[in-house]
Amino acid sequence: MFNNYQEFWNLLPMIIIGAGIIISLIIEMYSKKSEVILPWFSILLFLAAGLHALFYIGDISIVLQNMLATGGNVNIFHAIFTLGAAVVTLLSIDYLKKYGIYFREYYIILQTSVLGMMLMAAAKDILVIFLGLELMSISFYILAGMNRKRLNANEASLKYFLLGAFATGFIVYGIALIYGAAHTTSIDFITSDFNLLSGNLLFVAGVLLFLIGFSFKIAAFPFHMWVPDVYEGAPTSVAALFSTGGKAAAFSAIIATLFALFNNGGQGNFFTPFLAVISVLSMFYGSIVAIAQDNIKRMLAYSSISHAGYLIIGLAAGNYDAVAGVIFYLAAYTFMNLGAFGMVALIEGKDETNLSINSYSGLGSKKPLLAALLALLMFSLAGIPPFAGFFGKYYIFIAAIKANLTWLAILGVISSAISVYFYIRIVVLMYFKTSDTEIGFEESNNYMLAIILSVLIVVLMGVFPGSFIDLVTKFI
Amino acid sequence: MNLEVFLFFVFGIIAAVTAVLMITRRNPVISALFLILNFAALAGLYITLNAQFIAVTQIIVYAGAIMILFLFVLMLLRPDNQKKLFELNPKTKIFAMIIAFVVFVQLVYMIFFAGPSANITQDVSKSVEAGTIESIGRELFTNYIVPFEAAGFLLLAATIGALVLAKKKFD
Repeated sequence: MFNNYQEFWNLLPMIIIGAGIIISLIIEMYSKKSEVILPWFSILLFLAAGLHALFYIGDISIVLQNMLATGGNVNIFHAIFTLGAAVVTLLSIDYLKKYGIYFREYYIILQTSVLGMMLMAAAKDILVIFLGLELMSISFYILAGMNRKRLNANEASLKYFLLGAFATGFIVYGIALIYGAAHTTSIDFITSDFNLLSGNLLFVAGVLLFLIGFSFKIAAFPFHMWVPDVYEGAPTSVAALFSTGGKAAAFSAIIATLFALFNNGGQGNFFTPFLAVISVLSMFYGSIVAIAQDNIKRMLAYSSISHAGYLIIGLAAGNYDAVAGVIFYLAAYTFMNLGAFGMVALIEGKDETNLSINSYSGLGSKKPLLAALLALLMFSLAGIPPFAGFFGKYYIFIAAIKANLTWLAILGVISSAISVYFYIRIVVLMYFKTSDTEIGFEESNNYMLAIILSVLIVVLMGVFPGSFIDLVTKFI
Repeated sequence: MNLEVFLFFVFGIIAAVTAVLMITRRNPVISALFLILNFAALAGLYITLNAQFIAVTQIIVYAGAIMILFLFVLMLLRPDNQKKLFELNPKTKIFAMIIAFVVFVQLVYMIFFAGPSANITQDVSKSVEAGTIESIGRELFTNYIVPFEAAGFLLLAATIGALVLAKKKFD
């Protein structure tokens, strides 16, 4: 239980979301206007939790019998999840209407998935990580199948569920072996005894199984099979959440659990070769296959695989600069991808039309503002300065060079050079190609607000990367 | 022979007999019913060992939830498919026998030859105390309050999801 008022205050972001879920259920049951109230109530909750996390970032503590941490980078992750979810909610309002998706439980499940992410980021015990992961994943399976009338949404939900359950099996086996070797599930103990435990075969096998299980969740190469189909079949607003919040949460859990990997100052550890191989494969596979995609949602899915590769470079580099770089990249990636998916959700017509990349041709003359915003997001995703995507890659590559993994950084640069092709192709289509067919879609303030918000964050992080990276570094 | 030993023999014999009956029946539904009886007998064995909480969860989780799911699946399959499902080809049979033999050898070794493990030096009364519902409840609501609450939200999300995905008609 809480020892004092301060602990309760520090934990408030999670308590807000948890209480919000219960209140949302009551609103859904008793209010006739829940279609209007629920989305804005969710946004209010997410903003309140996110701003609380940002304002009280310095209140570092470990609460509730060493189960949860507050303050510092945990709060940065909370802010990424909640602000990202607020943007997703804004996108969803009109998207759900466009497809006639049943709305009520959608927002509640969105809130439970965010609570799961926050639990993962704040966990100080592997048990809590596991429960948070399951809370997030089960909410995701439901959200993927929310559009029940469409066959491919059902397929996406079932596929995601089966492969996700398979991955969970790996994670549970890993946790069992780690517990068997360390006799505890407390992360602090595992971190302090990491070097001693690394000699134990059971522990190494457990950590490898744990990493393999999480590779499913972050969509890294050999475990990426579900990504394109799920992103294509799921509602676009939900796919935006999968690729951003879900990925950031999985990375936060890996960073927290295996923080000992970063204690050696990048002098290499047992897991570096494994992580390096996975990252190279993910980067190149994602970048090269994305070139061949015609459907923009599938293209973004493959690009998310290659972004997972860049992020894993940070894990392989294994020094404190790399942790800061990964957190920066996750924040940047979350908002640039939310903006890109938001644009897709806006332009997507009823019955999944306008999803081919050719339907974007000529957008530059028809809708100059939209085209400019999309171009900016594509530049950021491709890693062109001065946007946030560039600095994310920059910090991670610098960290890899400091850790004597220059070859990995060079491969990363080559892969991002390949990826420029398919991002810039969209910009070229928009500005240098004309199309005779009119693309019909309804603009609305909600979409524009969400997209402009994400673009604003991407630009701000690109213009002032130093202040953000200093903030992250301070708390490592 | 006191009551504890008597109960041990009763439950032990029921468990062994039902286990044999379960693997020899040709009808899978009857096999499943014998498995439920086996679980119930095991729960009785746990009570004689003073592990009431495990006994109750054994009944609720295994006999209650998992076996019902099993029976649903078996009954949803058509009867003529059921036989095919359980006709093993010779290779699988040999493989299954090898695994069963290895497990058997392990158990015999552990029980008769390995001797008591060095780890089991704790006071017996302590482990008895840990198995009671009272001490588990206390742990759940103090040290493990966060996982407990998280599991609550997990079940809530799963329930809402099941309703949303399976409901026939929306208003």
